[in-house]
Amino acid sequence: MNKLISLLAGIIFGIGLVVSEMVNPKKVLSFLDVFGNWDPSLAFVMIGALIISSPLFHLIKNNKKPLLADSFNYSKKKNINKRLIIGAALFGAGWGLGGLCPGPAISSIALLNINSITFVVAMFVGFYLVKFFKLSS
Amino acid sequence: MNIINFTPITATVGGMIIGLAVVMFFLFNGRLIGISGIAANALSEKNNRFDNLLFLIGLVIGPILYTLFTNKEINITISNSLILLIIAGLLVGIGTRISGGCTSGHGISGLGRFSLRSIIATITFMIVGILTVLIKNYI
Repeated sequence: MNKLISLLAGIIFGIGLVVSEMVNPKKVLSFLDVFGNWDPSLAFVMIGALIISSPLFHLIKNNKKPLLADSFNYSKKKNINKRLIIGAALFGAGWGLGGLCPGPAISSIALLNINSITFVVAMFVGFYLVKFFKLSS
Repeated sequence: MNIINFTPITATVGGMIIGLAVVMFFLFNGRLIGISGIAANALSEKNNRFDNLLFLIGLVIGPILYTLFTNKEINITISNSLILLIIAGLLVGIGTRISGGCTSGHGISGLGRFSLRSIIATITFMIVGILTVLIKNYI
């Protein structure tokens, strides 16, 4: 049953990315083009997501356990270090160059676009390199 | 600054749908969605591997189902060379795993639980993203 939830959560997330047009790198790059032709939409996507998820997260986390698993399992890391900042900065640079972040990039595989597939392959190589050299913050 | 192509309503509704996915995954499976983590772990971790793979498959079929049911075409424009996309992909892959999150993990799940780590990461990747576009477009 929790497997079905995983699949459904992915499907719903993917539909959200399409409805909000965040699958389109052009739209994301216009959000980052604050000093030129700015499209603030991405901020509204985050606000929309947070209005729903934040209050419910704080309610649900007080439950004894999730409905279909033994325990809640999410990052409670508090350390703020150089790697957190450097990693986020590298991500920001890649995001600004391509207009793609992991969610929209993976969703856009559905469109069989050679550009986004190339990006996704390179991204997975990046994941692997961090794992291999044990660089995570 | 000119404001163009601003779509506040579809952006907010789409965001709320994303929020719903986050809540559902947390309520039932007890996990918070962060796509870079789910994708990286689907490859390298045995723990939750099948769940992670199913989530990623869902992420790909979501847009397909949307097109089937609404008859709307999804248009995307990627106007970069393949070399640039490879560099961008590497930076995104490396950066998100070093900092432990991306737009979803830090920007939505992390901000939602008021994690200072995620607030700092989100501000950082936003500023660097904006500067990168500025440099790319105007210099």
